[in-house]
Amino acid sequence: MLNNFPLWPESASTIAHRVDALYIFLLIVAGMMALLICALVIYFAARFRSRPGVRAEQIEGSNALEITWSVIPFLVFMVIFAWGAVVYFQERTPPTDATEVYVVAKQWMWKVEHAEGQREINELHVPVGRDVKLIMTSQDVIHSFFVPAFRIKQDVLPGRYTVEWFHATKPGTYHLFCAEYCGTQHSGMVGSIVVLEPAQYEAWVNGSPNGPLSATGEKMFAELGCSSCHRSDMPGRGPNLQGVFGKPVELADGRTLTVDENYLRESILDPGSKRVRGFQPIMPTFQGLVTEEQVNALVAYIKSISTAGTRIGANAMPSAVSASEGSVSSAAQPNGNQVQQ
Amino acid sequence: MSATNVVPQQQFERETYLNKVYGMWSWLLTTDHKRIALLYLISITFFFFIGGFFALLIRLELLTPAGDLVQADTYNKLFTQHGMVMVFFFLIPSIPAVLGNFLVPMMIGAKDLAFPRINLLSWYLYIIGGVIMLHCMMTGGVDTGWTFYVPFSTNYTNTKFVEAGIAIFIAGFSSILTGLNFVVTIHRMRAPGMTWSRLPLFIWAHYATSIIQLLGTPVIAITIVLVACERALHLGIFDPRLGGDPLLFQHLFWFYSHPAVYIMILPSMGVVTEIIPCFSRKRIFGYSFVAFSSIAIAVFGFLVWAHHMFVAGMSVYAGLVFSFLSYAVAVPSAIKVFNWTATLYKGSIHYDAPMLYAFGFLGLFTIGGLTGLFLAALGINVHVTDTYFVVAHFHYIMVGGAVMGYLGGIHFWWPKISGKLYPEGWARLAALIVFLGFNLTFFPQFVLGYMGMPRRYWDYSHMPEFQVLNVLSTAGATVLGVGYLLPMIYLLWSMRYGKPASDNPWNAAGLEWKTSSPPPTDNFKEEPVVTWEAYNYEELDAPPQALEVPVG
Ligand code: HEC
Ligand code: HEM
Ligand SMILES: [Cu+2]
Ligand SMILES: [Cu+2]
Repeated sequence: MLNNFPLWPESASTIAHRVDALYIFLLIVAGMMALLICALVIYFAARFRSRPGVRAEQIEGSNALEITWSVIPFLVFMVIFAWGAVVYFQERTPPTDATEVYVVAKQWMWKVEHAEGQREINELHVPVGRDVKLIMTSQDVIHSFFVPAFRIKQDVLPGRYTVEWFHATKPGTYHLFCAEYCGTQHSGMVGSIVVLEPAQYEAWVNGSPNGPLSATGEKMFAELGCSSCHRSDMPGRGPNLQGVFGKPVELADGRTLTVDENYLRESILDPGSKRVRGFQPIMPTFQGLVTEEQVNALVAYIKSISTAGTRIGANAMPSAVSASEGSVSSAAQPNGNQVQQ
Repeated sequence: MSATNVVPQQQFERETYLNKVYGMWSWLLTTDHKRIALLYLISITFFFFIGGFFALLIRLELLTPAGDLVQADTYNKLFTQHGMVMVFFFLIPSIPAVLGNFLVPMMIGAKDLAFPRINLLSWYLYIIGGVIMLHCMMTGGVDTGWTFYVPFSTNYTNTKFVEAGIAIFIAGFSSILTGLNFVVTIHRMRAPGMTWSRLPLFIWAHYATSIIQLLGTPVIAITIVLVACERALHLGIFDPRLGGDPLLFQHLFWFYSHPAVYIMILPSMGVVTEIIPCFSRKRIFGYSFVAFSSIAIAVFGFLVWAHHMFVAGMSVYAGLVFSFLSYAVAVPSAIKVFNWTATLYKGSIHYDAPMLYAFGFLGLFTIGGLTGLFLAALGINVHVTDTYFVVAHFHYIMVGGAVMGYLGGIHFWWPKISGKLYPEGWARLAALIVFLGFNLTFFPQFVLGYMGMPRRYWDYSHMPEFQVLNVLSTAGATVLGVGYLLPMIYLLWSMRYGKPASDNPWNAAGLEWKTSSPPPTDNFKEEPVVTWEAYNYEELDAPPQALEVPVG
């Protein structure tokens, strides 16, 4: 009976256990508050029900009581707030060395591209026990990537990347839902997350007919003529893209930003909005000329020449994730592997 | 309390606001706030049953996992129109435009609202909006969800969004005008002696509500205009391909729509604050705390909008701020609940139907508010937002809380409004049925939500494990439907067959009870002079000889 009538969702990620712990804490706290109020109301209603000859006793109020029942709930709220915030930071801060997967949402399907080149629709295969980071965008309206068993959800917007991560702790197949209403087949925009044992996953990954995503990107980088301006062997008309990812970049308007996926994306689709200092505004926009998948491949390529296999140019390793972000993420990611079940 | 309620029949001949003039035009062109209240009562009841009908179809579709009763597009239109009708054409006008309209002038000892003709205009705007909404629904409808997020509403839906937008836009002005009228009336038209600290808390609640209506509603109007322009002219305000930002829409939308939930609940709190002292025969516990908590809610309510956007792609730090503020705004609501509870202490409690509704309100609002604490906890919000957990939460507040209060108020003031007593036994039964039906409908949805069932799903055949809870919920909705139909039937019945009511059948405090039932057009025979505090139940219940001393 309880198998087809479960009352609690499966918990299959490190975050899931943390969310559940907070939820249980809240159930207890809120349950106690509800019980307290119900008990008082019922007790008073019964004890002080009208009786002939007995009149109500008028009470004006009590500042001491008012302060008590403002301050105590507020303090309790602050505990919940702080705890909730800590869990949120963990949910929202992907570890820096996570396996990356690109997700493109459209009415009404999920298209998934792995860095190794596999493509899937409405399915996502991931290894157990490893951090996985999803870099997501939408081709049309807003969607939301929701995996109840992992207790994670993130809206997927057109025109930019949003990021979500998890660390699966249990092999199995879990629901994937679109949680933001997106039109006719919103409820059909569902799929599964397949969590595999590492060995199975390796086999699955290596069965791919496509080359790695960054290789696709490299090919396009040449085909679209990016390489004519962005050269790594000599100064070109555009900046050398080797090693830019994760580094600060100085803009023509004086701001300094850290290069992340959204910045790369914007540089390709809307180069006018953020000009790199010291260069002519000659980069054409590629809006409408490349698909979301192609942008993903380009981004994956530019990242790949910044991280692994540094070919030319020094210090291309992403050791310098901007200071503030770095500290948050290192606080967030550790004990991931210990929490299994 | 009921034996003294019946008054001799001959009193019915007296001239009242109901029988002073007759004929359709005497109603359609009236500027009497009491008649306008009745016009509103009829119109919002009509929309309530339309919205309710949609809800019933939604619940029936969800009885089975497969999408088998209606088409996907039809389902999407059903929940969209259910939301739009219930929010903009029932809940927002409900208590303010019916009970507020009827009672605000009487409670402060005025003859009418400050701007009687603007009051009538507000009803006409509501009706124009309502007719456009009906037309929109009958000629195809909308499928954007009541939240009409961009870019779906601007670039993708091919349903009649603009028409629905115009309907809401116009109805919004009706709401602004009501708020404006109340603010001016409460400031300028109080009877001699009716100081701010003697105002019934119903008035404080309406004052706070009116401020939100005045300051918040223009923002949704602007938002609708922007969406319509974007849809027609592709200006690039929200469309990222043209350099716009879809999140800007969500900020604008919730900047109104979070405060709007307080437009719906504050008046209900005001009603309950009148009912509980009356049936406990006690002054309210902590008058000034209850009064100022209404104002605090109105002010802080404007600062928490982005708690609807924690997974929308906002910065983590914005999330922190809005989570914190959401907890801050929960404090005044908690204060109210504690004060209501404390008012019962050492009271002399009667279980008449209005009080049963007030008890129901207390229970349901408490659960709704407490689950708000879950949603405001960032880590939990990520999991439960856009699931049935949120659906359950806001129904506990807006239906459990606001509608319970509304029904309680309708029963409480029915003798004043209609001059007739409603049948007490039926009324108690209905209160019980509503309470039970409500919990059966919405409690399972909390569980569903935490299990992960997303909201606005037409078909859940991929997750048949959700069915049992959905069946419970649909069963509850049926019970709830009966609970809502009952008052409609017996209140109508009582208008003809009910026993005539005395001026003050509950022996309640408040100026509205000092005039006849139903009141004359000018409310009072002579302008009242107030020398007592609100909720002076001590004096009202004093034995007769004690009463003579203070009068002289
Ligand atoms: C006509 C020459 C030209 C072409 C072709 C060109 N770019 Fe650029 N690109 C530039 C210039 C100049 C800049 C620096 C000024 C600016 O930010 O617009 C730049 C900036 C960039 C940046 C930001 C670099 C940084 O250091 O912050 C990225 C990323 C980029 N381009 C990617 C591409 C990609 C991918 C393509 C091919 C699809 C491409 N570019 C094609 C000239 C070009
Ligand atoms: C007191 C009256 C309240 C009303 C009328 C109310 C109403 C609502 C409504 C209508 C929604 C959802 C709207 C939608 O998504 O369509 C909602 C969501 C929410 N409420 Fe309340 N609420 C109230 C109290 C509270 C309290 C006290 C808190 C916090 C302590 C709270 C926190 C939230 C949060 C965080 C959400 C967003 C959930 C989400 O979409 O993720 N609410 N509320
Ligand atoms: Cu969707
Ligand atoms: Cu809100």
